[in-house]
Amino acid sequence: MLQGVKLACARGGRPLFGELSFEVEPGELFWVTGPNGSGKTSLLRMLCTLLPPESGEVRWRGYPVRALGESYRAELAYLGHAPAVKDDLSALENLRFALARQGPAPTERELLGALEAFGLAQREDLPLRALSQGQKRRVALARLAFCAQRALWILDEPLTALDNAAVELVRGHLEAHLARGGLVVLTSHQEVDLSRMRVQRLRLDA
Amino acid sequence: MNPAGETSRIAVGRSAPGAAGAPLWPVLAGVVRRDLLVAMRRRSDVLTTFFFFIIVVSLFPLGVGPEPGTLREIAPGVVWVAALLASMLALSRLLAGDYADGTLEQLALVPQPLVLLVLAKIAAHWLVTGLPLVVIAPLLGLQFDLPFGALTVMTAGLVLGTPVLSMIGAVGAALTLGVRGAGGLLALLVLPLYVPVLIFGAGAVTASAAGLSAAGHLSLLGAVLLLSLVFAPWATAAAIRIALE
Repeated sequence: MLQGVKLACARGGRPLFGELSFEVEPGELFWVTGPNGSGKTSLLRMLCTLLPPESGEVRWRGYPVRALGESYRAELAYLGHAPAVKDDLSALENLRFALARQGPAPTERELLGALEAFGLAQREDLPLRALSQGQKRRVALARLAFCAQRALWILDEPLTALDNAAVELVRGHLEAHLARGGLVVLTSHQEVDLSRMRVQRLRLDA
Repeated sequence: MNPAGETSRIAVGRSAPGAAGAPLWPVLAGVVRRDLLVAMRRRSDVLTTFFFFIIVVSLFPLGVGPEPGTLREIAPGVVWVAALLASMLALSRLLAGDYADGTLEQLALVPQPLVLLVLAKIAAHWLVTGLPLVVIAPLLGLQFDLPFGALTVMTAGLVLGTPVLSMIGAVGAALTLGVRGAGGLLALLVLPLYVPVLIFGAGAVTASAAGLSAAGHLSLLGAVLLLSLVFAPWATAAAIRIALE
């Protein structure tokens, strides 16, 4: 359903990878691994149209994503390296505004429920600068609880700075999403137990 | 868009309502509300711009001396130049923060057109940096012994002109995203583009103080406003996409 066709990428004049082809099916997790600087983030940004490929193209449901435009973006949930949260806003406000960008707003109770599930109960009104790195990550990840309708999740290092409990929680969300027939594209340096999921691994070499 | 034979359990029909169909206004309102809230939390930044404007304008009567004729003559230029500088001072906060924390990426991936989201951000920025200048300017004009008619014209000019400053500034801010020493470059890039606003804005006040009609200057300012409404958000969005690559 998500296809990379002969993708090539160069950063700063240096080729990172070329002729990269793959296809990810519904219910499948696509795990991109490789050392630092091997182009994992670039590949993910290519898949979500932020970075145009040097050559080749990305296809979704058989159509080039450039042509699909907004209807592709509407099916996509991207969580980048930067967590897209503001230090001046509280966890609750950050989550609410992140979700306001993607359609009808959930109720206050649903928002609080999601934050509580991510271990942020009683911290939802604190400005984010009072929280730890891992807790900020959790605020960004709480968004996943509301992305069930989005078929394609692209997550760049979502497990950075998370403790075991939070990693388990994210794993639960990934499993549920795959079980729904969603697709997940993931980079992670941490080893995670993905044995119960259908995984396709891609190793990029520097 | 779903080729026949595609059988995924995430039904296409279910993703459709969230799709292009996600209503536009709540998304835009969300962007504006978020930016206003962030500005409220960092009130000192907003107040800095505001007091910078007041102080710069107030310094001139002290430096030039209390001769009413001279003051009346320099008033339009002083107020407008101060407004230009004040609005430039605030530009570094328009996009740089959102670029650094990844929010711009997320905005670029929203199904709604980035041009409109950019326009919403500019509107929020104008509300916290441009509007206060418009409100306080008539009061500052009194220091220069401007007649009532000229004060009205000056306010009208600022109402038309300060949004233009925000919009041209947004293009500059987007072009300098991720650039080292962005502040200085931004000034070099944006100040020359502010010149038409300065000329017509100050010209309107001068004309009115001299007893002439300011309508010509004001309608030219209005034309500049319309032009930048059409082109500036578009250019800003394009520059943001390039910066994100």
